[in-house]
Amino acid sequence: MPERISAAEVASVARLARLTLTDAELETFTTQLGDILEHASQMAALDLSGVEPMGHPYGLVNVMRDDVVAAVVDRDEVLGSAPAAEAGMFRVPPVLGEQP
Amino acid sequence: MSELPNGWTMVIGLEVHTELLTSTKLFSGAPNHFGGEPNRHIDPTSLGLPGSLPVLNRTAVEMAIRIGLALNSTIQRSVFARKNYFYPDMPKDYQISQYELPIDLGGWLDLPSGERIGITRAHLEEDTGKSSHMGSGGGRIHDAEYTLIDYNRAGVPLLEIVSEPDLRTSAQARAYVSELRSILIAVGASDGKMEEGSMRADVNVSVRQGEDAPFGTRCEIKNVNSIRSLSRAIEYEARRQIDLLEAGERIRQETRHWNEDEGRTITLRSKEEATDYRYFPEPDLVELDPDPVWIEEIRAALPPLPAARRLALAAAAGCTAELSALVVERGLDPLVLAAVEAGGDPGRLVTHAVNNLADAGPDAVTASAFAQLSRLEADGQLTATQAKTVLAEMLSSGDGASEIAARLGYEAMAGGELESLADQLIADHPDDWATFCAGEQKVLGFFVGQAMKRTGGKADGKALSALLMARRG
Amino acid sequence: MIRSAVETAAAVRAGRLLAVDVVEQSLAAIAAGDGDLNAFNLVTADAARADARAIDEAVAAGRDPGPLAGVPIALKDNLCTRGIPTTCSSRILEGWLPPYDATVVTTLRAAGAISVGKTNLDEFAMGSSTENSAFGPTRNPHDHTRVPGGSSGGSAAAVGAGFVPLSLGSDTGGSIRQPASLCGVVGVKPSYGLVSRYGLVAFASSLDQIGPFAGSVADAALLLEVIAGHDPLDSTSIPDPVRPISTHLNDGVAGLRIGMVEEFMGDGIASDVRARVHAAAEALAAAGAEIGEASVPAAAYGLDAYYVIAPAEASSNLARYDAVRFGLRVDAATTPEMYDLTRTAGFGDEVKRRIMLGTYALSAGYYDAYYGTAQKVRSLIRRDFDLAYEKFDLLLSPASPTTAFAFGDKTSDPLTMYLNDVCTIPTNLAGHPAMSVPFGVGDDGLPIGVQLLGPMMSEPTMFRAAAVLEAGLEGSAGRAVAS
Repeated sequence: MPERISAAEVASVARLARLTLTDAELETFTTQLGDILEHASQMAALDLSGVEPMGHPYGLVNVMRDDVVAAVVDRDEVLGSAPAAEAGMFRVPPVLGEQP
Repeated sequence: MSELPNGWTMVIGLEVHTELLTSTKLFSGAPNHFGGEPNRHIDPTSLGLPGSLPVLNRTAVEMAIRIGLALNSTIQRSVFARKNYFYPDMPKDYQISQYELPIDLGGWLDLPSGERIGITRAHLEEDTGKSSHMGSGGGRIHDAEYTLIDYNRAGVPLLEIVSEPDLRTSAQARAYVSELRSILIAVGASDGKMEEGSMRADVNVSVRQGEDAPFGTRCEIKNVNSIRSLSRAIEYEARRQIDLLEAGERIRQETRHWNEDEGRTITLRSKEEATDYRYFPEPDLVELDPDPVWIEEIRAALPPLPAARRLALAAAAGCTAELSALVVERGLDPLVLAAVEAGGDPGRLVTHAVNNLADAGPDAVTASAFAQLSRLEADGQLTATQAKTVLAEMLSSGDGASEIAARLGYEAMAGGELESLADQLIADHPDDWATFCAGEQKVLGFFVGQAMKRTGGKADGKALSALLMARRG
Repeated sequence: MIRSAVETAAAVRAGRLLAVDVVEQSLAAIAAGDGDLNAFNLVTADAARADARAIDEAVAAGRDPGPLAGVPIALKDNLCTRGIPTTCSSRILEGWLPPYDATVVTTLRAAGAISVGKTNLDEFAMGSSTENSAFGPTRNPHDHTRVPGGSSGGSAAAVGAGFVPLSLGSDTGGSIRQPASLCGVVGVKPSYGLVSRYGLVAFASSLDQIGPFAGSVADAALLLEVIAGHDPLDSTSIPDPVRPISTHLNDGVAGLRIGMVEEFMGDGIASDVRARVHAAAEALAAAGAEIGEASVPAAAYGLDAYYVIAPAEASSNLARYDAVRFGLRVDAATTPEMYDLTRTAGFGDEVKRRIMLGTYALSAGYYDAYYGTAQKVRSLIRRDFDLAYEKFDLLLSPASPTTAFAFGDKTSDPLTMYLNDVCTIPTNLAGHPAMSVPFGVGDDGLPIGVQLLGPMMSEPTMFRAAAVLEAGLEGSAGRAVAS
C-alpha cells in the first residue's frame, strides 16, 4: 500500500477539485485524510488475485433506448435558474486557455 | 508537396472525430440537430443537471458497429468511462467516453493508392457544448471579456477513430482522411462536413532520419478544419521540427494549435504536464456487449464500401483505377454500372461521368438514357463533342438522346461522306498534305479543324484522323 | 397518534375522509413541532392544500385517486421537485429550482400522495447525524439533545414525530436504516435498481437508492410498491416486474432460515443493541423461523471499500457544481477563479473531505491501490453474502451500533462518525435490500431498530419477517409523537 498522504498531495487534489484550502484546513485535512486512507489500506491484506471488480448487482447489460426524440426542458425555465444568462446562452467570465 | 530535406521522413497518426447521424443525443432523447437557436435542444441529462442520468442510444451503437465493420475492426464488449476535467462547455465537468475497453478494436483502411493503414481503435463519446468568446477580441479566447455557452451540441454522439502511426506523407494523410470520410458517408453514419465540424481531425506528427530510425517525439496538432489545411499543417509542423532538431534542440511533446491565417502551429500546452483525467468506469451505465446475431445483421446490411465499389467499377467498365476512383468519389458508379448493364459503351460512359457529370447527382439522368447516348457515340452517330452537348441538354430538359440530337440537327455523316471530305481537304491544301506525309503529325489538327469548319462540327475528328493516317500510309 | 397511510388512503378513496382535512392536520403538527425539530427545509403548505383539493374532487367525481390518495408525505431535499427549491442542504444549491421532477415524485403524485415539504439531510447525503446540513441540524423526536441519525435525518424525524405517516429518504451507506433505527421508525433500502434514481441528486451512483420511511411495516410496504418499478430514464433500473409485498405481509416466517451476522455483532456494537437483536431472533424463532449464526467475512472490510468507492464517485458527481448553469455563483474575473471561489464557499467540510479523498483515490498512480482494489473487495463482499444466502433466507443484525448520540459527540474525528455505518454499508456494496424495524429501546430509553437483510429482490420475504417483529414488539416503544 502507498505511503501516507502528504500535505503537498492534499494541496494537489484540492487544486484538481477546484477547492482552495487555508493553511489550517490543509493541516487538518491532511491528518484526517491520512487516517481514513490508512484505515482503508487494510484492504491490502486480502487476496484479490483473480477477483473481478463488481459490475451491476443484478447483472444488467446492454441497456439501450430507441433513437426517438423525447421531451426537452423549457429554455426559459432553465435560464431563469441560471446564475447569468444572455442571448439564450449561459454566461461565464473569461475562460482562459483551451479545454483539456 | 515537396520532399523533406536531408533524408528526414515523417511519421503521422490521425485521430478523427465524427458526429453520428442519429436523431437524438448519445445518452438522452434531446434532438441531435445542427443549427437552430441556442439551448433549444437540451434536457436535464444534456445539461448535466443534478439528478439527471444517461441512457445509451441504440442507433449510435449500431452506427459505431457499422463503422467498425467497415474498418475491419473487432466489435468487442465495451465499458463506458468518465473522463474528469473542468470546462464550462462540459455540462457535468466530466465526459462520458470509453477508455480501456472501446467498442471497436483494431482494423485497417486501404488507401486508393494501395497502402494499408492500421486502425488502433474507435470509441463512442459525447460531444461538448459550444463556447462563444465575446468582447473585443474578435472571438479569440485570449482577449475575451466573457463567454457564452450553448449546450445544443452537448451530448451529441461522437465516434473517435484512432489510426496507427502508419502514414508517412501529408498526401497519404489527406488520402486517409478522404477515404475515411467516404466510408463514413457510405455507411450512413456521418455527413462528413468538416467545415460544419461534424468531422474533425487531430494529427500527430513526428520526424526521423530515414525509414527505419525509431520514432521521434511527436506533437499533436488541433484545429485542422479541412483536408487542405491538413496538408499545410503537417508540412509546416514537419519542417518546424526538422529546423529545431537540426539546430540541436529537443522537440517538446505538446499539443499545438494550427493557425490557418498565419499558416503555422503554436503552442497550446505541454503534454508532459498532461491533465490527470482520473478515468473510472461509468457507474450510471452498464456494460455493452453487442449480440453477435445483431452484429451479423448489421454486417449483412452494410452497403458496398468505396474500395469495393472502385474495384467493381474498374472490372465492369474496364477503366483505370484512377478513373474509377473519380467516378466513385462522385457517387456516380451505380449509374455507370446500370448503364453498362443496359448495353451502354463502358469507356464512353466513364469519360462522361468524369468530364461532364461533375456537378450532377446520380439521379440526373436515367441509366437507359445514358446508355443510349453512349451507344449513339460508339456507333459514330454522334461525335464526342456532340455527345457532350446532347448530355448537357439531357440533364436540363430530361429528354432522350435521339430526340435532342435530331432537334440540334446532329446527323451521322454517311460513310462515304467522310472519304470525299478527306479527298477535298487533300486537294485544297496540297502543301499541308505534303508536310503531313513528310512526318509532321501536328498537321492533322489543322485538317480536323478545317473539316469541322466545312461540316459545321458534324465531322468525326477521330475517324477523319484515322482515315488521313491510313491514306498517308 | 396519527393515522397510518394504509388507513388514510382507504378512507379517502372511500370518501369517508377528506384529503384537505388530513393535510391540514399534518401541516398543523409541523407548524407546532418543527420549530424545535427542524426536520423540514421547506414546507409547501399551499401546494399541499391545492393537491388535496384536487384529490377530493377526483373522489367526488368518481375517478380513481390512486393507492396513496390523500396521504401526506415528506421528501428528502435531494429529490428534484420541479419549481420547488431542492438544496441537498448545501449552500451551493440554495434556492435552486429544478426544471423537472424526479421519477419517484411524478409517481407519487400519480398515486395521489401529497407532498407537504422537503426534509433536511446531511449536505449532499454525506453523514450519519444530519449535523453536516448547511441549514442547521435536525433533532431526534425522542430526545431533542440527540441526533436523528443521517443522512436522511429530516425524513426519519418527520415520521418519528408524527408529522407525516410517510417520507422518502435515500440510502448510500445506511442513510435510511440508521436514522430509522435512531428515530424508532421503519426504514427500507430497496434492492439496487428496484427504485429509479432519476431525479435523485447523486452522491455515489453505484450505491444510492431511494427508499421509504414509515410508522409501520404495512405503510412501508404500500409506499415501496408504489415507487418501485422499471424506469427507462435510469439505465441501472431493474426491468423485472415488482413482486407483491403487501399481500404477503402476514405469511409469517415458519420454516425461514435466518442468520445473525457475526461480523455485525462485535465489540463495536453497544450491549443494549446486541440484546435487542438477540430478542428479535427469539421473536422470529417463536414464530417458527430457524435461527443460526451467519458469517460474511469480507464485510469486515466494508468501511474500507466504501470510504474509497463512495468518495470517488462523489468527487466526480459533484464536479458539476461549478457556478455555470445553476446554483451558487461567487463572481470572479475568470472562470477558473469562479470555480474555486464558488466551490470553496459553497461546500461544507465533510463534502470537501470526501471530494478530496475521492479525487486522490482515482488519481494516476493511486487508482489500482485504492479504487481498483476497493471494487474488487466489493466483489468479495457480494460473494460472501451470496454464500451466506445459500444457507439462510434472511440475515439479522443491528441497524446502528448505538442509540441516538448527542450533538457534537462524534464530530471531532471523521472516522468515529463513519463507524456508525459499519452494519449498513456492506449491503449497499452488495446491492442487496435491507430494512430497519423498530424493536424496543436501549438502556437510555431511546429507540433501537434491528436490521433484516436479504438477497436481491427478496423484499417480500424481508417484509414478512419485519411484520412478525412488529407484531412481537411489547408496548409502544419506537413510535414517538411530537411533544
